Amino acid sequence: MDWVFLSELAINGALTGLLYSLFAIGLVLIYKASSVPNLAQGGLTMVGAYVVLALSHDAGLPLWLAIPLAAVIMFGLGFGIERVALRRLAGRPVVMILMLTLGLDIFLRGITLAIWGGTSRSVDLGVSYEPLFLGDIFVSRIHLVGAGVALALFVAFMLFFRTRTGIKLRAIADDYMASWSVGISVERGVGLSWALASVVAVAAGVIWGEIQGVDQALSLLLLKGLTVAVLGGLDSILGAVIAGIILGVVENVGADFLDPLVGGGSRELIVAAVLILTVMIRPHGLFGRHDIERV
Amino acid sequence: MFYRLSGVHHANYVSDSRIFKVPADRNLAVFIFLIGLAAPFIIPSLYLNSYMLPWLIWTAAALGLNLVTGWAGQLHLGYAAVMAVGAYSAIHAARFGVPWEFALIIGGLTSSVIGSLFAFAALRVKGLYLALTTLAMQFVMDWVLTHSPAISGGSHASLQSPTLAFLGQDITSDTGFYYVAFGWCVLVTIFMLNLKRTGLGRALVAVREKDFAAAILGVNSFYYKILAFATSSFIAGVSGALLVATFFFLAAPEQFSVTVSIQVLAMVIVGGLGSVIGSYFGVALILLVPGLVNGLVVTVSEGLGMQINVETLAHIPNAVYGALIVIILLIEPLGLGKLYGNIRDYLMVWPFDQFKK
Repeated sequence: MDWVFLSELAINGALTGLLYSLFAIGLVLIYKASSVPNLAQGGLTMVGAYVVLALSHDAGLPLWLAIPLAAVIMFGLGFGIERVALRRLAGRPVVMILMLTLGLDIFLRGITLAIWGGTSRSVDLGVSYEPLFLGDIFVSRIHLVGAGVALALFVAFMLFFRTRTGIKLRAIADDYMASWSVGISVERGVGLSWALASVVAVAAGVIWGEIQGVDQALSLLLLKGLTVAVLGGLDSILGAVIAGIILGVVENVGADFLDPLVGGGSRELIVAAVLILTVMIRPHGLFGRHDIERV
Repeated sequence: MFYRLSGVHHANYVSDSRIFKVPADRNLAVFIFLIGLAAPFIIPSLYLNSYMLPWLIWTAAALGLNLVTGWAGQLHLGYAAVMAVGAYSAIHAARFGVPWEFALIIGGLTSSVIGSLFAFAALRVKGLYLALTTLAMQFVMDWVLTHSPAISGGSHASLQSPTLAFLGQDITSDTGFYYVAFGWCVLVTIFMLNLKRTGLGRALVAVREKDFAAAILGVNSFYYKILAFATSSFIAGVSGALLVATFFFLAAPEQFSVTVSIQVLAMVIVGGLGSVIGSYFGVALILLVPGLVNGLVVTVSEGLGMQINVETLAHIPNAVYGALIVIILLIEPLGLGKLYGNIRDYLMVWPFDQFKK
């Protein structure tokens, strides 16, 4: 067994996994506040990346201006989606809310591609593609940057949940009826969680867009993001980060063992298997809250 | 149209448990059935083949999903994978020389067995987690399909469907294909209409409303969940096989990908959970309207002399499809079936609204 190779796989897997976490944090934020599984996060990520592209390439703004501006635009879009669509279905069975977010996902994808076209484009973040060697281990710079962004966002959200607004969001997540009765605006809180998730989508869109090009494939992150979110527990941001690392390592190392056996392409299979096993063995994930159902 | 409840008094249980309690409903159903029978002589063959036929087969498939999602209340995001199992096993059987009648049944039964695997997920979790598990299972099935050349004929190849034949008669004409689809759709519809009158249907509804409560009342929710998945998978398998045999003629893994699963679920939910007539509307809306809107956009833009990007045109149907789901859910979360029901209830007693119970 070649330990250097194995640790290279594991480290790169962990970095990729943190990028999945970046995506999953958006899912967790919305689920935490409103118990809505946001299957439109893939579509939002795509829109985020395309807005950055439109601002930087088409309108000619520098990237340091384009990305915050895109974040502001997406903040508004997230608020708008919650106000127009999600709020009217609040309290409905989960099947309708699932379908609504799926419909939103399809719509966002369709409208983005109809406006900007489906050809793959690059964001040009300016991160060099020169390989970076830590000892004997090869690490991709852009993955390192992405992992840094994911960790930074994680710390930012940890701090945010200690502020007054953050505590309100936590209260809503805990029990929205009780929050209502003490005068917290639940609607605004849920809207805020959508807006924040859309901002996270910009970050995920830019990093992933840099790695694999900005195109329709961005929305295919959904399965991996969902797996990470479920494995970490749908309402735990810490869980999303740790589960991201776990999934990344398992996927990268496992694919290396499985690919020769099954003839390639076993990543999808591993991700799906992790999702199924998580749900079967521990549905509330590693750090999620275990809900008790009453008859 | 004029006070259709006139003279409708149910004096015994038999008359109260009829499929159509009001003669007007029955007459409408018979009328639509006759139109369906006469369709090949009324509708040009192009429309018959490219609109009516897929509409009917998808409706049969959607009714199957409605059984498990609408009646038994179990979310299912892997329905297309189950259809694929049926399609591939039926076509392999037919290529092997099994007559089509039996090939279809083999397809249905194989689907039932594989589809029941999904039920084991449903026994452990429900709601969102069930949806995610079935979604993951769909990905696993997709992977197996594309990675086993023995089943799919290789990841880039596709599987040719042999000529459809029933009772020794080769079916090759458009009219023949249409009648096969029509017959299957009618069969499934009759089954679904009768479901709510049977103990099975009531047990499924009890499981949907609350499976623990149903268990306390003596309804074995384990058994009924598996039964619901197996039955709906049978319908899915035969529908998938017929879809390939009469419409695609070639089976390819992309025809049963995860987007198709989402599409069938969209048909069921837009149509209305647990509504038979709603499934017809839902399928029509999801299947036909995006294409129609695209045609409209092309006509309008040509009329105005505007030049629309080809790529834009290619993605407009998708955007419309997503928007339709969102809009219908916002207008009426219970779907088109509920909208139809509202209109029907209004016309049923019109103009004597005050007699409404």
